[in-house]
Amino acid sequence: MKKFINKPDDFLNESLSGFGKAHSDIIKVSLDPSFVSRKNKTKEGKVSLISGGGSGHEPMHGGFVGHGMLDAACPGFVFSAPAPDQMQAAAEHVDSGAGVLFIVKNYSGDIMNFQMGAEMYSGKNASIVTNDDVAVEDSTFTTGRRGVAATVLVEKIVGSLAENGGSLDECKTLGEKVNKNAGTMGVAFTSCTVPAAGKPTFDIGDDEMEFGVGIHGEPGRKREKIQPSKTIVGNILDAILDNLKPQKNEKTLLFVNGMGGTPLTELYLVYDDACQILQSKGVEVTRSLVGNYCTSLEMQGSSITILKCDEEILKNWDAPVHTAAMRWGM
Amino acid sequence: MSVNFLISQAKNIQKVIDENAPEIETLDQNIGDGDHIFNIQRGLKLVIELEGTIKDLPLPKALNTIAMKVLSGIGGSSGALFGTFFISMAKSPDLDKDVDFNKACEMIIGGVKAMKERGKADVGEKTMMDVLIPVSEKLNEIKNNNSDMKQGLNEVIKIAEDRMLSTKDMLATKGRASFLGERAKGHIDPGARSSQLIIDTICKSVINQ
Repeated sequence: MKKFINKPDDFLNESLSGFGKAHSDIIKVSLDPSFVSRKNKTKEGKVSLISGGGSGHEPMHGGFVGHGMLDAACPGFVFSAPAPDQMQAAAEHVDSGAGVLFIVKNYSGDIMNFQMGAEMYSGKNASIVTNDDVAVEDSTFTTGRRGVAATVLVEKIVGSLAENGGSLDECKTLGEKVNKNAGTMGVAFTSCTVPAAGKPTFDIGDDEMEFGVGIHGEPGRKREKIQPSKTIVGNILDAILDNLKPQKNEKTLLFVNGMGGTPLTELYLVYDDACQILQSKGVEVTRSLVGNYCTSLEMQGSSITILKCDEEILKNWDAPVHTAAMRWGM
Repeated sequence: MSVNFLISQAKNIQKVIDENAPEIETLDQNIGDGDHIFNIQRGLKLVIELEGTIKDLPLPKALNTIAMKVLSGIGGSSGALFGTFFISMAKSPDLDKDVDFNKACEMIIGGVKAMKERGKADVGEKTMMDVLIPVSEKLNEIKNNNSDMKQGLNEVIKIAEDRMLSTKDMLATKGRASFLGERAKGHIDPGARSSQLIIDTICKSVINQ
């Protein structure tokens, strides 16, 4: 393992400390229990948005705390759900009286810990669960689909509505709509190495890729030989479109996300392939996002998310945002 | 059951879990993401570090302190589930009186029931509940029939092992392994393995007392 590390036990707190120093104009970091919150107090009457999850997906979620997006984020240990007292402390810190909306990715650990955090918090609150990963079969009898990169889009779009006075119910409804309108699928070329483990999470051949990989290196649909980008992107898009079934010429946001170890050069190539394929299928791309937003440590690979957009979604997507990882319009 | 008993069991369990850590880590990397063993090890370390704080506390207060430490210090599914287990234990009635074997069984049965509700998982879903639920049912039977304790605990050890092994051929419907579908088959669930080791350690220690 080659990583910038002092002691594995100190890894998370040292990283959080650096994050706090680097972005002290926007956020502050609290430790014990740890959460990231906006530098300024939530304005009265504004619904507070809190997300969180295991660390190792940076900039998700701490990088999305700031104007027009989250009010707080609760980081767990690498790839492990945060503990309920973090959510409780964050909620008590940011709630201005209008209530708290918890945004949770659909993983068993996250669900249980956020539920307990919500039970421990005495203020008004609601939760939404994202589950955009089409690589996993959805079923009422199982944990169901994973919540992955579309969580970024949910946080941005609902964040804008909350900033503009949306009620707790309205924020929850919009979040659920964005989640329902989004589909994601990822591929990995290499594994990632959890610092505490010190060795790669999975073995993968030089000429292989994991199709439908999760954001913790958990296996996906199948192991395949690596193929030209157009073929890979085509297969990903087929899986997503098969699930989302957009109308002819329906407007979409195309989000090409890096897993942490793939350079932007390649992500833009993926974006180009995806645009051409979507155009040939009559899907209109009206908004874009390309970069490392929902990562898996140093894993090489990429996920593609398609979000079907109506006017409400577009308006809130375009609204100003100022966070460590996403900034426009202000 | 006493505070001393809890601490000495945590130390015994730590030793056994450490010895089997590479196996549990590999199992989790096969069908999960590898965080389970670190969460279990961190939890045991935190509980053992509480020794000075809790050794003179009454049992319910000690259990509650353990519960809060496990809940806040571990994270992941294990933190929520084992935290729930200890919260339930701490809330058991009549803890100020002597906690005999039957009472301890009742506390464990209640704890497992609370975990089952929290995780919304039942037997047959390839999780730690595949071990914990049958063990809890067996403890209930031993308690109700006033069976011989040592013989009963030997049966518990056997049930835990059989049920742990039975997760190998299961499809997972809960937790991260559920994302694998058929590919999860052929691997023992890491949570079932760690739970079985914990039960095995406690039972053997009680039998040999």
